[in-house]
Amino acid sequence: MKRFKLKFKIIVLAFFLLSASVAPSLGAESSGELLKVDWSFKGLTGKFDRASLQRGFQVYKEVCSSCHSMQYLSYRNLGEPGGPEFSEQEVKAIALSIEIEDGPDSQGEMFTRPGRPSDKFKSPYPNVNASIVANGGAYPPDMSVLVKARPGGSNYIYSVLMGYEDPPTGTTLDEGVYYNKYMIGNKIKMSAPLIEDIVEYTDGTQATVEQMSKDVTTFLTWAAEPELEERHRTGVKVVIYLILLTTLVYLSMKKIWSRVDTEV
Amino acid sequence: MSEHEYKPKSKIGKWFNDRLPLLTLGAHLTDYPTPKNLNYWWTFGGILTFCLLTQIVTGIVLAMHYVAHADLAFASVEHIMRDVNFGWLIRYIHSNGASMFFLAVYIHIFRSLFYGSYKSPREVIWIIGLMIYLLMMAAAFMGYVLPWGQMSFWGATVITNLFSAIPLVGDSITTWLWGAYSVDNPTLNRFFSLHYLIPFLILGLVVLHIWALHVPGNNNPVGIDIKKPSKDTVPFHPYITIKDAFALLMFMIIFAGFVFFSPNVLGHSDNYIPANPLVTPAHIVPEWYLLPFYAILRSVPDKLGGVILMFGAIFILFVLPWLDTSKVRSAVFRPIYRQFYWIFVLDVLMLGYMGAMPAEGIYLVLARVGTIYYFLHFIVVLPVVGLLEKTDPIPMSISESVLSGGADPSLARKDNEKI
Repeated sequence: MKRFKLKFKIIVLAFFLLSASVAPSLGAESSGELLKVDWSFKGLTGKFDRASLQRGFQVYKEVCSSCHSMQYLSYRNLGEPGGPEFSEQEVKAIALSIEIEDGPDSQGEMFTRPGRPSDKFKSPYPNVNASIVANGGAYPPDMSVLVKARPGGSNYIYSVLMGYEDPPTGTTLDEGVYYNKYMIGNKIKMSAPLIEDIVEYTDGTQATVEQMSKDVTTFLTWAAEPELEERHRTGVKVVIYLILLTTLVYLSMKKIWSRVDTEV
Repeated sequence: MSEHEYKPKSKIGKWFNDRLPLLTLGAHLTDYPTPKNLNYWWTFGGILTFCLLTQIVTGIVLAMHYVAHADLAFASVEHIMRDVNFGWLIRYIHSNGASMFFLAVYIHIFRSLFYGSYKSPREVIWIIGLMIYLLMMAAAFMGYVLPWGQMSFWGATVITNLFSAIPLVGDSITTWLWGAYSVDNPTLNRFFSLHYLIPFLILGLVVLHIWALHVPGNNNPVGIDIKKPSKDTVPFHPYITIKDAFALLMFMIIFAGFVFFSPNVLGHSDNYIPANPLVTPAHIVPEWYLLPFYAILRSVPDKLGGVILMFGAIFILFVLPWLDTSKVRSAVFRPIYRQFYWIFVLDVLMLGYMGAMPAEGIYLVLARVGTIYYFLHFIVVLPVVGLLEKTDPIPMSISESVLSGGADPSLARKDNEKI
């Protein structure tokens, strides 16, 4: 039996290596290795950097949100545990500064009112077609789950933000198309969105392109996976519990099977 | 199977049992004599039952919050992920649970192939199992369509288009399946309805699968029949229940690893982009568990031919008990078959890899070689090896093989006409 067990182990190992090599190649291939950041939210106990999330929201609000919607998030999410954790007053103030169209009222008229924490993030365009027309035929994707919708995830978003370069000689670009080292196909219709000091961080952090890219990527990762911290925390507990229970059951099994002449 | 008739102790128990012998059934399941030499590859039956029940329970809860409409489905999934209490947990258990279900069923099937569990007198168990497997693939495919992301939409388009390869009536059948002239809202609605129905059909077949199993009893690693129940078997409870529980817990640790620490690694990132009929993804790929069949489909240049071969790859398994001509069940005593078995395992793994790669160049060539070998294994290798192979000597009884520390051919008797 030993021989088969060894063979089986080899097959199982081969299978895992194979699947590990398939998994990244399943997505569309981008050009070049992505930039890798040692994100605080990676790993079994990874958490978001709270200050970075708050700065990232500021970048989203002041830069990205003029074109990119985030329709699945509500303002209240900004104050919830595991996120940027703005205070209740701050969340209210953020919502109040937005004008929301509501209605119809009892007269059948639509009206505008100040936002409430329970409102969804207001989209910059009334519909997809309006956003396409306003952006030269390219649709700025909704950012709610963008990090999960791209192979490479957070590293990909960060790389694209950092990947604007002059095109290599010989590459001609159409009007309104920009060269990006990490974008799939190297062509992107969004001009470099982040320029040094385009935002003035309220906490005094120097707003370099690298810093802003990091912060806004962290924010987008939270937006796509608001449950991440709770998931990691619960996961650690669940696995510890399962290991303890497995040990107990293993010992019981050994005890029960000791009554017969068979190994388990 | 039990040696003595079960008699309820209480009066009420006796009254009830005379009218509906549920207690007798319970006693049968508890005492069910199980070969004592079963290894851990035999624990996947229990694990699969767990997988099915997990999918049903999480699925019922998800259906309370999901909206089966082309304009709302994607948003309702995000609503589950963000606003429903523990919605993220329930959805990740359900989506990763599908993968774990297939992982377990593939181990279960390949265990059967190694130890010859499909052979007489267990052909009906095998065939019911294949029907379950077919329904699982249908349920998984339709479930993958429900979030209405890009891969949902385009996967559904590719698979439903297969039916258009049928001569004469193909296009009409496809339109009938869609309920429209392309994959659209009516398609999503009926897929949701069927996705909810199929698990209960599977549950019914699982009952039949276990019933059919309890007629001849379990096969075992040495593949010989039970000679003396008192020496060769243990009662199902507590021996097998505790062993199954231990294996299930190990399985759950891996399951939890996926759910809590990399819940999207088995999915495709394109499915977080809402379905868009105007934009085709660069590579349309099914979920990993369907990749070998996808490779077979694409390896044939002709559409109808590809569809026939793909379905043929599954349906050939239904006649497997009659293609394998060897009287010896377990590959432990079949030195030649054993080699071909592992080649076949590698062939299926390779086909899976080719299914994930673009169908061009060397990938296409290897997919074709893999496809041809897949069918050769069943049509040529199994019948011929069964007739020509000189099998190793087989032990006298299960207890003998147990006492000699496993299936060791050297301690076995020399003739093997009585298996």
